[in-house]
Amino acid sequence: MTTTAASAATPAAPPHGLSRAQLHELYYYMRLTRSLEERLVNLYRQTKVIGGLFRSLGQEADSVGSAYALDRTRGDFLSPLIRNLGSMLVQGAQPLEILRQYMAKAESPTRGRELNIHYGDLDRGFIGQISHLGDMVPVMAGVALSFKMRKQPRVGLVYVGDGAMSTGAFHEGINFAAVQRLPMVIVCENNGYSFSTPMRKQTAVAQLVDKAAAYGIPGVRADGNDVLAVYGATKPAVELARNGGGCTLIELVTYRRKGHAEHDNQSYVPAGEIEAWEAKDPIDRCIRDFTAAGWATAGELADIDARIASLLDEAVGACENEPMPEAMSALDGVLADPARTELEWYRRIDG
Amino acid sequence: MAEVTYLEAIRQGMQEEMRRDENVFILGEDIGAYGGAFKVTEGFLAEFGERRVIDTPIAEAAIVGAAAGAAHMGLRPVAEMQFIDFISCAYDMLTNYVATARYRAGLPTPMVVRGPSGGYVRGGPFHSQNPEAAFLHTPGLKIVCPATARDAKGLIKSAIRDDDPVLYFEHKYLYRRIKEHLPEGEEILTPIGKARVAREGKDLTIVTWSAMVYKALEAAERLEKEDGLQVEVLDLRTLLPMDDEAIMTSVRKTNRVLIAHEDTRTGGVAGEITARINDQAFEWLDAPVRRVTAHDVPLPYAPTLEDFVLPQTDDLVVAARWLAAY
Repeated sequence: MTTTAASAATPAAPPHGLSRAQLHELYYYMRLTRSLEERLVNLYRQTKVIGGLFRSLGQEADSVGSAYALDRTRGDFLSPLIRNLGSMLVQGAQPLEILRQYMAKAESPTRGRELNIHYGDLDRGFIGQISHLGDMVPVMAGVALSFKMRKQPRVGLVYVGDGAMSTGAFHEGINFAAVQRLPMVIVCENNGYSFSTPMRKQTAVAQLVDKAAAYGIPGVRADGNDVLAVYGATKPAVELARNGGGCTLIELVTYRRKGHAEHDNQSYVPAGEIEAWEAKDPIDRCIRDFTAAGWATAGELADIDARIASLLDEAVGACENEPMPEAMSALDGVLADPARTELEWYRRIDG
Repeated sequence: MAEVTYLEAIRQGMQEEMRRDENVFILGEDIGAYGGAFKVTEGFLAEFGERRVIDTPIAEAAIVGAAAGAAHMGLRPVAEMQFIDFISCAYDMLTNYVATARYRAGLPTPMVVRGPSGGYVRGGPFHSQNPEAAFLHTPGLKIVCPATARDAKGLIKSAIRDDDPVLYFEHKYLYRRIKEHLPEGEEILTPIGKARVAREGKDLTIVTWSAMVYKALEAAERLEKEDGLQVEVLDLRTLLPMDDEAIMTSVRKTNRVLIAHEDTRTGGVAGEITARINDQAFEWLDAPVRRVTAHDVPLPYAPTLEDFVLPQTDDLVVAARWLAAY
């Protein structure tokens, strides 16, 4: 029978209704995340990155797979944390913007006012984080509240880490979202450490997802290093939220293979732990799984790598020698009214 | 035509804005069915429904954070702190997130946080505070403190229409004590950032705001009767952005300044006003700038203690006489 013969020759369909092209996109964003961070390491060592550099090595799958579950054509929103560069790229952030942010360029999205990936864009649907962990949970609850009030079929997704879940803001925000049945997904990247503090010193629960029960909302746990498992866990939560089912807490189990920032030598990490997680690298796994299943060829993935390399060459070349912002530009834009700025005081009193 | 209390004026202002603009909504603790601890939002649930009158958990950080998120999306939330003392629970959210949003990220955050502030009501340490100084130090916020029913209405309406976050500190002592004729149908919009001369005078100026305006007016009456002094009372109405022009105009006119506030002394707003006068009108002064404030203690409960700690009219009279004689 022709059908049987054909199915034996063609690979099994990818899971979760994803197409081959979408799988390639998932790989693209994970590789883009890692390669962009590698470029940033070089720039950091050349002292061209002004502040700290925060890596997501080993966590690319959880950022990319979860953000990919949002529907950008419907105006879904997300708010990242410091290790969610991949989520921002999926949502439309450009490598050139990230490079400019890290290098404090005048043309950066925040005009040199904020660091690293701390920026957002309402048009593309992402809101920049602040450094105070957990604070973005109530803020995203407000975004989701606007969707609910306006009866818009949109969803807000907010990231927290194992550390952020200890804060009061997290508790207040998730409780508010749960009570209001807001169209929201809270993704916890459990990467084992908040700075140097291991999870056992952060919480007494066995699994972070156990906390969902305390808020009366569904909790889901998935392997954060398997991009398809991440997508498979997040997509139903996004659709549940979109369809009026309220908020879900998702715990993605992964591992932070680099220190909190580049300066951190990870002296607190037990011997062998990092190596054990290297063997579970999400990009290596993706390549293995996709090629074994016939969803991608080695050649196709190499083409993607080459495309990313040239994109990043171009982006670094474009901004490396750009100027930093002009000093006086620090004084405008605190308030909407241009007459009520620090610039006015400077001209009248200090200047 | 009915007289309108300070509390009713706030209520009217919010009602008018909610009727005018579908994007305005309110959220806070016990504001719906109960109508708010002081009944400021009584009747709102019936008129505007649960969608726009949101009873929240006891979670000030979530109330303020959610207001910010909704404001980014084009809504205009008015968040109630049941007592303004509890705004400290949202201090992080206001100072780190809300106040910086426009500057660091270009995020519009048009929202109001309002609540009953102030003492003279035997409320003790946690139901009497005046937290303005804690936020005066934060670029990106606006702070208003109405003293009259007209300004209570005009400032809440302006605050709701403002494109930046506004902290609206209403004085609970004034809620039902102050009444004023406010013509129905008049659109009252008190400009944010503009002080008001509450009483004209030429001999010295008392700079003040909120409930202290009435003590300043009482003191001015007595000083006129007993000492023949013409005291000007400047009601700042807005603390941020501060109306330097109004302050300096009065300094140049009277050459003697007394600053009076209900909040404690150290790090209080009077210090900032003094520094501004020093920067901009030092040569016009005939005497040091004086201040009358609460003593630097948490506000105690017993009437004997509270009355001693908070500034009274007598304190203003004594300080004004010292200034006039300098």
